[in-house]
Amino acid sequence: MAQRVGMEVSVAIGEMVKMADADVIAAYPITPQTHIVEHLAELVANGELDAEYIPVESEHSAMSACLGASAAGARTFTATAGQGLELMHEVLYVASSMRLPVVMAVVNRALSAPLSVWGDHSDAMACRDTGWIQIFTENGQEVVDNILCAFRIAEDNKVLLPIMVHLDGFHVSHVIEPIILPDQKEINPFLPVNNYPLPLNPSQPVAMGDFGPPFIYTETKWAQEMNLRKSLDTIVGVWQNFGDRFGRYYKPVEHYRSDDAEVLLLTMGSFSETAMTAIDKMRNEGRNVGLLKLRLWRPFPFNEIRKAVAKAKALIVLDRALSFGGLNGPVCSEIKAALYNQPDKPKIVSFVGGLGGRDITITDFENIVAWGIEITEKGSKNEFEIYGVRE
Amino acid sequence: MSKAENEITWKDIEIGSIVTEAGNASQYRTGDWRSQRPEYNFSRCIKCALCQIYCPEGCIKQNADGYFETDLYYCKGCGICARECPTMVITMKEEE
Ligand code: SF4
Ligand code: SF4
Repeated sequence: MAQRVGMEVSVAIGEMVKMADADVIAAYPITPQTHIVEHLAELVANGELDAEYIPVESEHSAMSACLGASAAGARTFTATAGQGLELMHEVLYVASSMRLPVVMAVVNRALSAPLSVWGDHSDAMACRDTGWIQIFTENGQEVVDNILCAFRIAEDNKVLLPIMVHLDGFHVSHVIEPIILPDQKEINPFLPVNNYPLPLNPSQPVAMGDFGPPFIYTETKWAQEMNLRKSLDTIVGVWQNFGDRFGRYYKPVEHYRSDDAEVLLLTMGSFSETAMTAIDKMRNEGRNVGLLKLRLWRPFPFNEIRKAVAKAKALIVLDRALSFGGLNGPVCSEIKAALYNQPDKPKIVSFVGGLGGRDITITDFENIVAWGIEITEKGSKNEFEIYGVRE
Repeated sequence: MSKAENEITWKDIEIGSIVTEAGNASQYRTGDWRSQRPEYNFSRCIKCALCQIYCPEGCIKQNADGYFETDLYYCKGCGICARECPTMVITMKEEE
């Protein structure tokens, strides 16, 4: 039987990658991702994981090496954070458009300058349009479960897309939590061997990452887009299958006491845990509030979001990234766009907060909800509110 | 892909735009990049094949009379053949 064991989340990720029997890990250490790749390096060095560990000279090289490994049909894993993710940026597009099922843990970290090693979602948001499937997680168990699901989804021959599993830097990565790691014999039937359909193979040569002149480029991009959209069915199916086997269910948009709620709060990542506690407190005080947690950022679950907010009067979205010069935080802009043509929609209020590791406490969430409700009634001269900035 | 370039739909694209068939670049008409074309005065040609060796497009072939001549489907009009020909057989003419 799988045991519930207290361990650091980064170490648990390493253990899960081992149980998923990754073939190649190419990574460059960066705070707060370091403990993940250190643990994997140890597992490879002491023979517990039979994999190639490639200690590259930069994140750009890490992702490039992952492309080669994945193209050869290897189960490929890497992890990064913040600036490291940005240094990979151009290669991220190549991974998704070449349909290479790389799995990457992204330990969310604010971007420089000023230099910050602490968490927010600006690194993830900068990668919004790279064509990767992007899953957000709240705690250690969710990360570990979704790393396992990510290999299965990415390598499914109907999908064949790279996946980022996001976890908040320090708030999740460095915390010691009770985590259930499944037994190896439970994992094997859930995660079949990687069977990339057209791997690099000298006896059946193919050309990858070729030149695409104007007569073909649009067709290649549309094929990629259609594939990413269709992957939603497989993602939902794999999560369902995972839940049936392991008892923990994941959905593109998750609900917490939201069914009859007039006011909905929407969060992503580890802050959802605090938000749930805040919702409980407000419910106990008789206020009709609920929480939506956006788990799947790409492909964006438009229909699920539309359905989830259909009965609410107000929707308060907390972004943990700025879209400089933009209308709202990036998540709120997406949600507004998704709802614009809907006949019945809640009033939407956009907050940005929790930047560069600043905490949002239970009281802060209560304040955000109260302020958000006030804005739905009286309006605001701002497109969005920045929470907690000192005037 | 055995279809002509303007008939390929997005559904025909291999996973990740992988190219599985060798030599399909032969379908790619580079000739329409050209603003000048080579013209020949074969009476001076010594059939040395230097033009063929220098042509970066690899599109110069020997014709039935043994003279070296470009294939305008691929010729980009770079003028290298005209520059390298030792007997000045080739002159570059503006395309209309
Ligand atoms: S003009 Fe350039 S491309 Fe055309 S035949 Fe001469 S060398 Fe080749
Ligand atoms: S380089 Fe000039 S002389 Fe030599 S084969 Fe070509 S056209 Fe003839």
